[in-house]
Amino acid sequence: MMRYLPLQPEDRATMLARVGVADIDALFADIPEARRLREPLPMPRAMSEPAVERALSALAGRNVAAGSVPFFLGAGAYRHHVPATVDHLIQRSEFLTSYTPYQPEIAQGTLQVLFEFQTQVALLTGMEVANASMYDGSTACGEAMLMAHRVTRRRKAVISGGLHSHYAEVCATLARFAGEEIDLAAPDPLAQEDLVGRIDDQTSCVIVQTPDMFGNLRDLSALAEAAHARGALLIAVFTEVVSLGACRPPGDMGADIVVGEGQSIGNALSFGGPYVGLFATRTKYVRQMPGRLAGQTVDADGRRGFVLTLSTREQHIRREKATSNICTNSGLCALAFSIHLTLLGEAGLRRLAEINHANAVDLAERLEAIPGVELLNKHFFNEFTIRTPRPAAALVEALAGRGIIAGCPVSRLAPDAGLDDLLIVASTETNSDEDRAAFARGLREALS
Amino acid sequence: MNNQGRPTRPAESGAVETRTFTGNRGLDIEEPLLFEIGRVETTGVDFDLAPSHADRLGPHARRDPIGLAGLTEPETMRHYVRLSRKNYAIDSGLYPLGSCTMKHNPRLNEKMARLPGFADVHPLQPVSTVQGALALIQQLAQALMTMTGMSAVAMPPKAGAHGELCGMMAIKAAIAAAGEGATRNVVLVPDSAHGTNPATTALIGFSVRSVPAGADGTVSAEAVRAALGPDVAAIMLTNPNTCGLFEREIVEIAEAVHAAGAYFYCDGANFNAIVGKTRPADLGVDAMHINLHKTFSTPHGGGGPGAGPVVLSQRLAAFAPVPYVIERDGRFDWVEQAQAQELGRMCAFHGQMGMFVRALAFILSHGSDGLRQASEDAVLSANYVRVTLSDLMSAPFGDRPCMHEALFDDSWLKDSAITTLDFAKAMIDEGYHPMTMYFPLVVHGAMLIEPTESESKASLDLFLMTLRDLALRAKRGEVERFLGAPRLAPRRRLDETRAARSPVLRWTAPKFAQAQSPV
Repeated sequence: MMRYLPLQPEDRATMLARVGVADIDALFADIPEARRLREPLPMPRAMSEPAVERALSALAGRNVAAGSVPFFLGAGAYRHHVPATVDHLIQRSEFLTSYTPYQPEIAQGTLQVLFEFQTQVALLTGMEVANASMYDGSTACGEAMLMAHRVTRRRKAVISGGLHSHYAEVCATLARFAGEEIDLAAPDPLAQEDLVGRIDDQTSCVIVQTPDMFGNLRDLSALAEAAHARGALLIAVFTEVVSLGACRPPGDMGADIVVGEGQSIGNALSFGGPYVGLFATRTKYVRQMPGRLAGQTVDADGRRGFVLTLSTREQHIRREKATSNICTNSGLCALAFSIHLTLLGEAGLRRLAEINHANAVDLAERLEAIPGVELLNKHFFNEFTIRTPRPAAALVEALAGRGIIAGCPVSRLAPDAGLDDLLIVASTETNSDEDRAAFARGLREALS
Repeated sequence: MNNQGRPTRPAESGAVETRTFTGNRGLDIEEPLLFEIGRVETTGVDFDLAPSHADRLGPHARRDPIGLAGLTEPETMRHYVRLSRKNYAIDSGLYPLGSCTMKHNPRLNEKMARLPGFADVHPLQPVSTVQGALALIQQLAQALMTMTGMSAVAMPPKAGAHGELCGMMAIKAAIAAAGEGATRNVVLVPDSAHGTNPATTALIGFSVRSVPAGADGTVSAEAVRAALGPDVAAIMLTNPNTCGLFEREIVEIAEAVHAAGAYFYCDGANFNAIVGKTRPADLGVDAMHINLHKTFSTPHGGGGPGAGPVVLSQRLAAFAPVPYVIERDGRFDWVEQAQAQELGRMCAFHGQMGMFVRALAFILSHGSDGLRQASEDAVLSANYVRVTLSDLMSAPFGDRPCMHEALFDDSWLKDSAITTLDFAKAMIDEGYHPMTMYFPLVVHGAMLIEPTESESKASLDLFLMTLRDLALRAKRGEVERFLGAPRLAPRRRLDETRAARSPVLRWTAPKFAQAQSPV
């Protein structure tokens, strides 16, 4: 039984004879004799397609799918509706089963998509240039920090307490191993921290998120000015890309590098990955930028075409002098992002953002009306933070028991911050009026 | 940097005889950029009504137009279907890219990854609502440990290079914990290594010491011993190596590395050749990433996403990143906060779940018998390629059997005025994706062919006949066929020099039109 292997026993015999060996093990003769496996691996034998389907469906069935319940969890990954067209197109053989476009004559499809993707990301973020995507928002954030070190030749990053704690931890890990320094502010649910006071002549960059982890919208203009005055870069981060349909883009506020998570457009929650990291910057820094870039050129007949370019930054050419060790982008997720954004267009993205905002405001008002519940945010997009009279983690468990996924307790992301009474709540276009009513009712009952 | 003279500018072109009014050629349709056909007012998505609401954006509301082009659904479909047809793909033909492992991507795996219980689950849901997801991660982790014989596995890394980073950080953490952080800061990297190896090494502050490959294409224990010293933290060795050869002295190398107090990092990019034949743990490996998109066939997707879990030996297990799954009384839970020694967090959330589902489906479908058969078929097919071409093309390491890929150099083209690049581009006109060119760097004008286990004998024979025809023509001096190739692809050779000298990295509105329309 092996439906995936075209060689038949008689083919193998013919081929072994051509190669001139007696049996297949002769081709593995370089493996030291004593280290060869004599027995099959202690694993189950091959399974039929229906048997695999049964086994995996059983595992899937033990998870609560977001779409089956009123669902209000965000905190870095967001449930949005993805048009059927997107999933159909990304499963086209020519997109799904092609490699990195190293042979541009027969990869113009992927290359033109990447060129269009780069343009979309640059426009959305208000920046001049974007790369062909990173693994995800958090690793894009870490790479942005390293890029700022290269640009400024300094080694200390100031990190806002509003940055998603996973992103801050990724930066901390990289900094620790690359021998660099970070100055990490305490979690800042009210967006009241003073980052300007932390910037000094050693600061390479300030990393700040809007909407931040708690949902606050932040104006970065003054911070950008202060950073620039001391020769540091401003790195702006977002985890909810749909917010850019309604909110001022970081490029408008003086950001030098903009990074974020693109999952919200085109990509499923998928329990945390694969996602698509967005990375944009100013043209003057492009040669310090990590990751792949598609660029426009002409072919031998003078016709417009696209290639991977500026690869002298990359590891396969530069080896230990490369800007990054990154070798892949998140091609298929970038494609999904680009198709979904093409379907939306500017008009659709603005409408989608407006509905998200409307749903979140509606939910915030319903929750705020519950005795003991306090809304912390002055300005927010589709996510906000409430203070609850009981530990948020216990409330989330209680509501999960009633079939409602209520949000993310801050204690899950920052367990030592002493913010156990805070709950981060998101509402997108996928929530109905009944969903929001059920949440408000459930929370009221859980608190009474 | 382009150290073997790979041409980056197209040769002078002859006249094209097949001009049409439209620029289209039969099924090959020219497709404008999205921004040349879309409009800011157009959308392909309809929405439900929103509740009326107060505005809470305040001064943060967007003021200026974005400039994003939109298309309706039928226009979107046509734009991307037309673009897709300009791509070569495994589903349409043999894709012999050495070191990349372009094997068949079973569609069952796609179907499984899209089950709502996997695709529509949020990474921060209460653990009581994701027990099946955690069980799946555990099951895949167990399978990877069984195949490699290793003690632990870190699942979060998002790609092979990210896995390298994870493994090397674990090694650095272990060295620091032993109080040797100040003295051990050199990593041995063979000349034949993937570029990611030295790049990863440099990223975390180690310096690189090259180890030369021997005349037979492998690294000798003697060369490693000569490079070892009290300053060495680790060796990064690919096995099977990038020349497609199994490192014969690997056990001796591992013993020498361990005796010197250093660690053995194995680049597992080529694990697909040896699954079920030997286990990395038995070869002395301390850490190895596994490219799920190679060995276990999660789709390459035009350049990702990948996934690169790292298996770890007992002495590195304590230095793994967070998060990881634990099991208590039949119930699964996360450890999300790093303990003192652990290396911390490498990415948000838990890793490439969508790829985990696909890889596990691949592993279950094959089973222990199928996995071993796949390795054997991949190695047999590569040797069949090697032997069938050996009288026409030159193999740098003689008649020695290869593993899953066959390597040739360009000495057989020496007097022909045809380069490896020209030969590869001529393959495109014959309907094939070229092999990997100019890698590994240790071989002049390298051509690395990896047929994988997914080709039938008939498919291999046709491919080999085509290569033999081309090789004979090259030897006969029919240079025109090669220098102008490809002629029949959607594009002819592209000017890479121009692309890099004056980069155009995004679309911008033509100046005369800007005043009339934002797009």
